[in-house]
Amino acid sequence: METIWFCLVAFCLAAYVVLDGFDLGVGAVHWLVARNSDERAQSLETIGPFWDGNEVWLLAGGGTLYLSFPTLYASAFSGFYLPLMIVLWLLILRGIAIEFRHLIHDDMWTPLWDVVFSGASALLAIVFGAALGNVVRGVPLDANQEFFLPLWTDFRVSANPGILDWYTILTGLLALAALAQHGALWICLKAHDPLESRATEVAHRLTPAVAALTAIVTIASFSVRPALIGNFAAMPWGCLFPIIAIGSLWVVHTRKSFAASCAYLASMLVSVVFSVYPEVLPASPGAKPLTIQNTAASAYGLQVGLVWWIPGLLLAVGYAVFLYRRFAGKPDRPSAT
Amino acid sequence: MDNALGLHRLHFAFTITYHYLFPQLTMGLALLIFVMKTIALRIGDRRYEAAAQFWIRIFGINFAMGVVTGIPMEFQFGTNWSRFAKAAGGVIGQTLAMEGLYSFFLESTFLGILLYGRDRVGPRIHWMASLGVFVGSWLSGFFIIVTDAWMQHPVGHRIGANGEIILDSLSAYLLNPWAYAQYAHNMMGSVVTASAVVCSIGAFYLLRREHEESGRLFLRIGVPAFALSSVMMIFPTGDIQGKMVALHQPVTLAAMEGHFETRAGAPMNVLGQPDVERQRLDNPLQLPNVLSMISYGRWNAEVKGLNEVPRDQWPDNIPLLYYSFHIMVGLGTIFVALSLAAFAALRLRRLFTTKPLLWAMLLALPFPYIANTAGWMTAELGRQPWLIYGIMRTAEGSSARVSSGNALFTLLGFMGLYTVLGILFLFLVHREIMRGPEPNE
Repeated sequence: METIWFCLVAFCLAAYVVLDGFDLGVGAVHWLVARNSDERAQSLETIGPFWDGNEVWLLAGGGTLYLSFPTLYASAFSGFYLPLMIVLWLLILRGIAIEFRHLIHDDMWTPLWDVVFSGASALLAIVFGAALGNVVRGVPLDANQEFFLPLWTDFRVSANPGILDWYTILTGLLALAALAQHGALWICLKAHDPLESRATEVAHRLTPAVAALTAIVTIASFSVRPALIGNFAAMPWGCLFPIIAIGSLWVVHTRKSFAASCAYLASMLVSVVFSVYPEVLPASPGAKPLTIQNTAASAYGLQVGLVWWIPGLLLAVGYAVFLYRRFAGKPDRPSAT
Repeated sequence: MDNALGLHRLHFAFTITYHYLFPQLTMGLALLIFVMKTIALRIGDRRYEAAAQFWIRIFGINFAMGVVTGIPMEFQFGTNWSRFAKAAGGVIGQTLAMEGLYSFFLESTFLGILLYGRDRVGPRIHWMASLGVFVGSWLSGFFIIVTDAWMQHPVGHRIGANGEIILDSLSAYLLNPWAYAQYAHNMMGSVVTASAVVCSIGAFYLLRREHEESGRLFLRIGVPAFALSSVMMIFPTGDIQGKMVALHQPVTLAAMEGHFETRAGAPMNVLGQPDVERQRLDNPLQLPNVLSMISYGRWNAEVKGLNEVPRDQWPDNIPLLYYSFHIMVGLGTIFVALSLAAFAALRLRRLFTTKPLLWAMLLALPFPYIANTAGWMTAELGRQPWLIYGIMRTAEGSSARVSSGNALFTLLGFMGLYTVLGILFLFLVHREIMRGPEPNE
């Protein structure tokens, strides 16, 4: 039962990374792909109706995590206090930038929000990547299963880590590069030239960086946390996930396929999740980790939760399909906004 | 540690109070927009469509503010209240996750269509989108109220061998009678805010002699909704809520009322200043026996006073609780009087020319926000010193590892950010109001 919920939480997070990932990516490449105010309006228009629904996957994932593993939620959220608050501020700024930019058209208003949107999106990508890096590296849990991490200490992976060290900065950069590529590919799908061709060019240039960072981070992960290899050795079918990730990245490189980029992000996330399972918050060496067993809610709660969770999810997927079909294809040629 | 606790409380209080300035409008306004869209669709009246479009623009700005200030709420259980989150997660995690799955997806999907999709979908689907946003936002309110109702009056759980709280019955939890009383009262409060805002803008247009046709239309929709919701605020919903507090939180009732000594035939204190040190009410203006009547339905019923309860179980800020409650009730009474007067004038076809009444409606704008905020302060201050009533004290719930320095850092961050957002919000809403429902496109 705990494993089922573990998979459901992972599913929500994967959906979040794939869906809101392109919103963040569009933000990261906003200034590269769009050269003037009209073009930046088009760039934003590609995510206009979608971003809010995409962000809900983060809330749904958070809520589901809380429902199924309350101890993990409590420990992780208070331990990662500072970066989470920064995430909140950035999410606020990004949301406001998207929703407020189009309300007024003048030469002061729109560039202001373009900067806020782009900066907040890029920083969010980095922080999310670094957060995942923290989970892989582990945190110094105390006897009450709690911890508190400063933003940085000495940037080394040591017994006294900070949120940012050389390893988590690397994972943050990988997330930025991968999501920027993802966002560029989304713009290719949803915008007209010249944005489309510039976005193709940006994606083309980013792919080697993504590939190189993927390789470096993979090696670094195994050196920071050698135990990661355990699950792949015990359950070799799990090697499928990194293989899919590599394959998808190749398809991204050759075909500029947005779908392949989705597959890459999802399989990278699943690879991480697979390798730490059944731990959900590995501890620094010497402390007891949080696992799905020692953080789960009561058996009754998990069972009864499943009864309403599954229909709720199907509804959510239904809405998403409806929305994406309603706004399928490219928007009409730039209306004179 | 005391210091950190105070900051965590202020952190939550500040962010939730600010946040709820927006949903209290959008939930009620979603209903009114749905009504306008329905009329527009059924009788094909373009004016109703224009009115709906105008309010959808206002709604969009408010909704964006509500969304961005709402996400921190979902996080703060874990960040600032981790011991509470850990203890209560097995129960309240259910409704918080339900809110994500059943209401946020619905809301966000149809909001996209409502805001951006008018040219891409037909009028029927656009109408359906207004229904989706309405249902989604009201469901969201429901799940939050169930969560809060459990903290006020915990049901459906049992306490395990090691003192842990275990969900025992999801249906008992969802069917908590406290939740239904509180939900009805709260949603009426939201309709009061929205309808008062619609009336206020309508009155503004008439007084300025601008967009007068729209102004009259706003009042025709807003005044009946304002009158109905104001009355229902007091009876039956406020009445039921009050009896609920009397039954399950008698200490809270005594503190809200400034009722220090137990007595039969207790009076209702309309005005007065509680002096907690000397345990008395200064300058009282009282309605004899009324508190007994409204709490227990008998003029001579005994109402427990604060003197019966050890001090460590008193709400820890009795004056603020007392004033919050009295401000809420006082304003609620004024809303009933104002809205019924406006409704009568509307029926007599005098409203649009009666300037004093229009001025009163215009100036009423901020007060429903104050009343709703005061109502929530009554509920949450009244719950003190408990975080989960009778089970966990507030002092036991905060994050042990988050220091006061870090809590103050993020509190100041939120205050700064929210000040900027507030200025932007007022600027944008002001701009929409000045452009009016029929902008020259």
